[in-house]
Amino acid sequence: MIPPLIVERALENSIDLIAITDHNSTLNFTSVKKAAENTSLVVLPGVELQTREDVHVLCLFDTIDQITEFQRIIDSHLPDLKNQPEHFGEQFVVDETGEFIRREEKLLLSSTSLSMNKAFSAVQKLGGLFIPAHVNRKAFGLLENLGFVPTDIAIPAVEISRHITPEQAYHLFPQIKGYPIVQDGDVHRLEEFLGVLTFTVAEPSIGEITMALSHSSGRFFTISAPNNTI
Amino acid sequence: MNLQEIIRALDLQVLTKSVDFQSITPSCGYASDLLSCVMAGAAHKSLWVTLQAHSNIVAVATLLELSGIIITEDAKPDQETINKANDEGIVLLSTVKPTFYIAGKLWEMGFRCKPVE
Repeated sequence: MIPPLIVERALENSIDLIAITDHNSTLNFTSVKKAAENTSLVVLPGVELQTREDVHVLCLFDTIDQITEFQRIIDSHLPDLKNQPEHFGEQFVVDETGEFIRREEKLLLSSTSLSMNKAFSAVQKLGGLFIPAHVNRKAFGLLENLGFVPTDIAIPAVEISRHITPEQAYHLFPQIKGYPIVQDGDVHRLEEFLGVLTFTVAEPSIGEITMALSHSSGRFFTISAPNNTI
Repeated sequence: MNLQEIIRALDLQVLTKSVDFQSITPSCGYASDLLSCVMAGAAHKSLWVTLQAHSNIVAVATLLELSGIIITEDAKPDQETINKANDEGIVLLSTVKPTFYIAGKLWEMGFRCKPVE
């Protein structure tokens, strides 16, 4: 997806805040951030990390310095394999207009050797937010791979895919009772913006969102019914 | 076939404290890395082969009262997981060999599921 189109489509969907969470990669964050300059859209840096247990986790941050450091950690925990674009698709790094800068040569598809616990510690140390992604999904979902939410790390919330409602998720997976559920578009294509998650916060920062997840200090979040049918 | 014979034949490293492995006779074997499948599919008192080393494996083993877990491909659980396994009385075994090899060897040794009583 081309950065200016991501920004345009998000704004068309009345979305105020997005996070860029490519798979094991933070390389295209800056371009989207730049593309959103002079617009009302806030873009947070992040990554969809694939842990050693084959679990996808959203790792969200505030600053470029944080993701630069986190990318360094990811890179040192990825196997030394080269991407094969004919099988796994291209891994482009683009600028804010969508122009090609370079190809990322290292295969980003595989699991890192970071365990859930190590990844959690690393994200926490950097001041980020650690949310297991699409936990209801069979592929790379926390509940399929690890059965239930690990209790030895303080997971602040779990994300569900667009395919079910929070009520259905709590019913189908009683093991997530007690964990706040967030729902995002997991947007891989421009038509997939969902825009159902609303944070009521003082500013769009990780600290504020963290408070909203636990409904503390007057911050909170809501999930509305989806307005599209994808 | 008891756990002592299996440990010796497969040259498994015992990660948890030593117990009377001769007295443990696994009911069956099960191999999967998806814990949700294990919870649904592994038989009571069976021996589980997996490369998952996450601490949740101990909880699953406790739930199903498994006879032990063989962790393959040199995936090492952290010390807290080992402590938890000791507390729960779960035997953790380690090998550098992959799951395919371990399952194949167990089968070759004549390790089969006991008929359901």
